[in-house]
Amino acid sequence: MNTAGQPKSQVQRYLVIYLFLLALAGVQFIFAYQHAEGVQLLVRMLAVAAVQAGLAVMYFMHLADERRSLFLTLIPATIFVLLMMNMIWSDSFRLLHFRLLAK
Amino acid sequence: MSESNLSMGAGHAAVMEESPYAIPSRKLTMWLFIISDAVTFGALLFAYGYVRTASPDWPEPFKFNPSILNVMIMTFILVTSSLTMLLAVDAAKNGDKPKTMRWLGLTMLLGTIFAGLHIREWVGLIHEGVRLFQNPWGAPLFGATFFSITGLHLLHVISGVVALSVIARGFARGRLTAGHVETVGLYWHFVDVVWMFVVPLVYLVNVAR
Repeated sequence: MNTAGQPKSQVQRYLVIYLFLLALAGVQFIFAYQHAEGVQLLVRMLAVAAVQAGLAVMYFMHLADERRSLFLTLIPATIFVLLMMNMIWSDSFRLLHFRLLAK
Repeated sequence: MSESNLSMGAGHAAVMEESPYAIPSRKLTMWLFIISDAVTFGALLFAYGYVRTASPDWPEPFKFNPSILNVMIMTFILVTSSLTMLLAVDAAKNGDKPKTMRWLGLTMLLGTIFAGLHIREWVGLIHEGVRLFQNPWGAPLFGATFFSITGLHLLHVISGVVALSVIARGFARGRLTAGHVETVGLYWHFVDVVWMFVVPLVYLVNVAR
């Protein structure tokens, strides 16, 4: 790739994050073929995805270079909303158990 | 009282305050759109999780070849397109128009290849008998959740390629600035971020063993 004219450190940072994202994607594919199943597999996958998303948002989308007020306005509220959506799980488990009792 | 305050009325001086985030309004608007879109995808993925948890016979149909191999290639392409987008934004900020156009062109090409591979994946599943409310393997809602999540993502990729082409054309003609390229770049990276959650949750927890 011809990247002349751009600050070298910036391009190096992009390349490091890019390779790291690909490596983390590879880790997810490895996890998929290990023996872990159910909640354990899901937690591992989500943890890796969260690290990937964090890297992309902070360095590819340059949120790390913006004022902290932008980060504090956008990210905590989004995480809060996504966490609140976890309320649905108890109902989905109830649905599963009702189905089994009906059999 | 300053002249500007006098001309517009002192009560409106606050309108001229500096942005608290020190970014252009178009960039802030894109961030707000991205946040709302992230919550939309979050809601879809939670709805999928709800249905999957509540279904004892959820299918796990994704074989290594062709599905997972295809997803690996798609992931490589999308992450690489994020890198080319970054290089396009840097070139635009440096005022290098030809290089900006080259990197934007490569980003659009990678996005188009991604969309093509995605459609190939869909066609393969449809040939195997997967429909919105039925499939040969188990829980009938598998197709509805799969097609809605991956379909919304595919729609974002196609919209992104169209947006990139519009911005590239405007930038080439001198109507649009590096700021516009940066703003559409934010959207493109967001599409990449969503894919990072779609792959493990939709494909990798449903691999055929």
